[in-house]
Amino acid sequence: MKAIDERPVQAQPAPAKRLKKHHAEDLVGRSYTSICVALLIVIIISIVYFVASKGLATFIRDGVSLGDFLFGTTWDPEGNQGEPVFGVLPFIFGSFATSLLAALIASPLSICASLFMTEIVPGWGKKLLQPVIELLAGIPSVVYGFIGLTVVVPFLRDVFPGQGIGIAAGALVLSVMILPTITSVAVDALSSLPRGLKESSFALGATRWQTISRVILPTVLPSILTGIVLGMARAFGEALAVQMVIGNAPHIPRSLFESASTLTSVITLDMGNTVMGTVHSNALWSMALALMFMTFIFVVIVRLLERRHRI
Amino acid sequence: MKLKKPLLMICTLALVVMLAACGSKGTEGDSNASGTTTDNKAAELSGSILAVGSTALQPLVEQAAQKFMAESQYSKIQVQVQGGGSGTGLTQVSGGQADIGNSDVFAEEKLKDEAKDLVDHQVAVVAMAAVTNPDVGVDNLTKQQLVDIFTGKVTNWKELGGKDEAIVIVNRPSSSGTRKTFEKYALGTKTEDLKGSIQEDSSGTVKKIISESPGAIGYLALSYLDDKVKAVKYEGVEATVENVTSGKYPVWAYEHMYTKGEPKAHVKAFLDYIASDAVQNGDVVELGYIPVSKMEVKRDADGNISK
Amino acid sequence: MKAKLTDKIATFFIVAFALLIVAVLAGLIGFILVRGLNHISWSFLTSAPQTIRAGGGIGPQLFNSLFLLVLTLIITIPLGLGAGIYMAEYAKPGKITGAIRLVVEVLSSFPSIVVGLFGLLLIVNTFGFGFSLFSGALVLTIFNLPLMVRITEQAFRSVPKEQKEAGLALGLSKWKIISSVLFPVALPSIVTGTVLAAGRVFGEAAALLFTAGMSTPRLDFTNWNPLSPTSPINPFRPAETLAVHIWKINSEGIAPDAAQIAAGASAVLVILVLVFNLLARWLGGVLYKAMTASKRMG
Repeated sequence: MKAIDERPVQAQPAPAKRLKKHHAEDLVGRSYTSICVALLIVIIISIVYFVASKGLATFIRDGVSLGDFLFGTTWDPEGNQGEPVFGVLPFIFGSFATSLLAALIASPLSICASLFMTEIVPGWGKKLLQPVIELLAGIPSVVYGFIGLTVVVPFLRDVFPGQGIGIAAGALVLSVMILPTITSVAVDALSSLPRGLKESSFALGATRWQTISRVILPTVLPSILTGIVLGMARAFGEALAVQMVIGNAPHIPRSLFESASTLTSVITLDMGNTVMGTVHSNALWSMALALMFMTFIFVVIVRLLERRHRI
Repeated sequence: MKLKKPLLMICTLALVVMLAACGSKGTEGDSNASGTTTDNKAAELSGSILAVGSTALQPLVEQAAQKFMAESQYSKIQVQVQGGGSGTGLTQVSGGQADIGNSDVFAEEKLKDEAKDLVDHQVAVVAMAAVTNPDVGVDNLTKQQLVDIFTGKVTNWKELGGKDEAIVIVNRPSSSGTRKTFEKYALGTKTEDLKGSIQEDSSGTVKKIISESPGAIGYLALSYLDDKVKAVKYEGVEATVENVTSGKYPVWAYEHMYTKGEPKAHVKAFLDYIASDAVQNGDVVELGYIPVSKMEVKRDADGNISK
Repeated sequence: MKAKLTDKIATFFIVAFALLIVAVLAGLIGFILVRGLNHISWSFLTSAPQTIRAGGGIGPQLFNSLFLLVLTLIITIPLGLGAGIYMAEYAKPGKITGAIRLVVEVLSSFPSIVVGLFGLLLIVNTFGFGFSLFSGALVLTIFNLPLMVRITEQAFRSVPKEQKEAGLALGLSKWKIISSVLFPVALPSIVTGTVLAAGRVFGEAAALLFTAGMSTPRLDFTNWNPLSPTSPINPFRPAETLAVHIWKINSEGIAPDAAQIAAGASAVLVILVLVFNLLARWLGGVLYKAMTASKRMG
């Protein structure tokens, strides 16, 4: 503001001079913002480069075959049964099972919550649930894990056969953690719907549920799916909370209530105990690389969904 | 006014970067200074020490470091202690990022050629006991019985004379130093990870799960034992400090602090301080470790025992 | 009639599920607070932790969490604002912009453990910053930056077109318009978004285990020289945050009151997040009023 006030006091700058000043200002702005964007790109390239260089060493330098790594079911990195074997299929299975199950539990809840906030009682419904959702997002994952271990695990142990530990416990904890992600995406989508859509449905004599189920939900389905995929991505990458409740046995479990592992839980469990540069450590980096690869896939899915939404 | 905000932010950023540059220079200066003080011993020792590694050893090193820095003659030495696990400790000390690498295992077990450059300082002994949920009704296990449990041959406590209850194994990850010790000295064999067995790396979580799950068995360092879990005898020998020091109870391991080559003067001062009687008979005992000096038996990296 | 009945049933279920979520949250918060609140006292909040004796506090950890947040914001805000403004105002729709947007999306969904390991490899070891607040702040920046970019971009895009056109009509340069016309209007939503995003810094533990470290050196709270190793504001010292402390106590704590300390620290953490949410709303409201009022006066 000050700068603008000062200008009339000075002698009117010649147009050329003024233009020069504009150029200078714009140059500053443009270069400052461009540098920031460039930095973002540098960050992501260096993350990909470093994780890949470590993760690929397992296959290139240590000669572990990619097929054995991805599809092997035996994980014996220290060679307790002879030669070290690196099969991470049980972990990939665990990661997918927990995140899919978590999405399955969280999605209906989230959709109901978002409908409650936008369609049923838009006024106080939003006032009540918005802070709830934000708080759920703000509770630290360490606390979630601890609650999982003290509440969810004993509960499952009492109700179901087994130790309470396993994919079911992990999925339950994760489902609460990803509720906010799915809900907030769904709310955004629902509140950006054109009003006419709903009104014309009501005008035709449809009930609220008919409007929701036949008009609203089909229209926002791609966005809701986007939210679900984003939630799954978060569940896939969550480490500490899952590690505390899933049991971490390197096997594909026979039931939802038997000890299992995810990619992240094994990385957190073993990384500190391994010496960098050894095959075991490199194999953990390969798992990090696989996690990163999955992130790309999730983002691509989101992209495809959004493209469909645009048309 | 409005324009100045982003400018201000750029300035702050620049300041942070400058601080960063200064800071790293500062620490370099410190280590150089410590190098020169080696020559004249009369002068006060100064410098910074970074000890990284084993979480099992961390409480001891942390407590010793606090007391060490409180001593007036060492007040110019800064000791930083970090966890991260034995593997991280050995990585960082052999890579030169840390001055001391804390480890639960002999470096030879984790490293290959790099282990030759490392100097071992054994600061304490940690003994482990097999522990069960209090309800299983077994208070002695032989070596063979333990092997049967941890290899999955026995799956119910009633086969061992206890309650009719399924055995739940709470193990450590295969990379863990605690598990290596337990397998080597209690079982005498490496075991695979059984289906349905639980694996946790932290003693606190292991203890919590064992104390709450019916039929659970695992192993813990003596410092974690209390009445929530039941420590079982091994071959009829109770896991007590006396039985460990006299060599009767075999499930124990050294806690190591490795340095790369011989330690510098200020690092040596800290290691000597930990080895001093005051710490060995004070903090070491207080934290549930066993002083190295009390051990009547010795052990080398290959597990050979000598009196 | 059937349609009406279905409608009623469906509404019932939607309301029931929505209330279930509220109940879950109430249960969670209640559980954390009931277990933790009676352990919180002034001395718990200010004293240093104890290894084996009971009565340890969380003073340094609390300070570390807050200080780490400040450090992270100092790095994130200018970078995030810049990149966000670029995306909203300078970027031309096309392949490159699409690629940048993809980068932001990927970056925001990276698992924290991967970013933490990257930090350990590059920032801690290769750059030699060691286990320090600064390393931790850099890693947290990687998480927060994409959020910040998105918040800024959305805030700038939601500024009414007329504002910009008025600026152009006055013959201002583009940067001038951005900084003195659009920025003030966008500021309230940027601030709200930033504070909400900042609340998450408190909860992060996985990445900090590998970067900011798991212990805090002896701190001298009378020493404010940022280069002294015992100074609390030295960014190059290791620092254990509250979330990491909870993790550590649950994992290896041998103090007799470890469980209570963990419960108390969790309660403090949740209260902090709560305060941040309230602060975000309040600040956003105040700024919005201030900005719109100044417009009227101008």
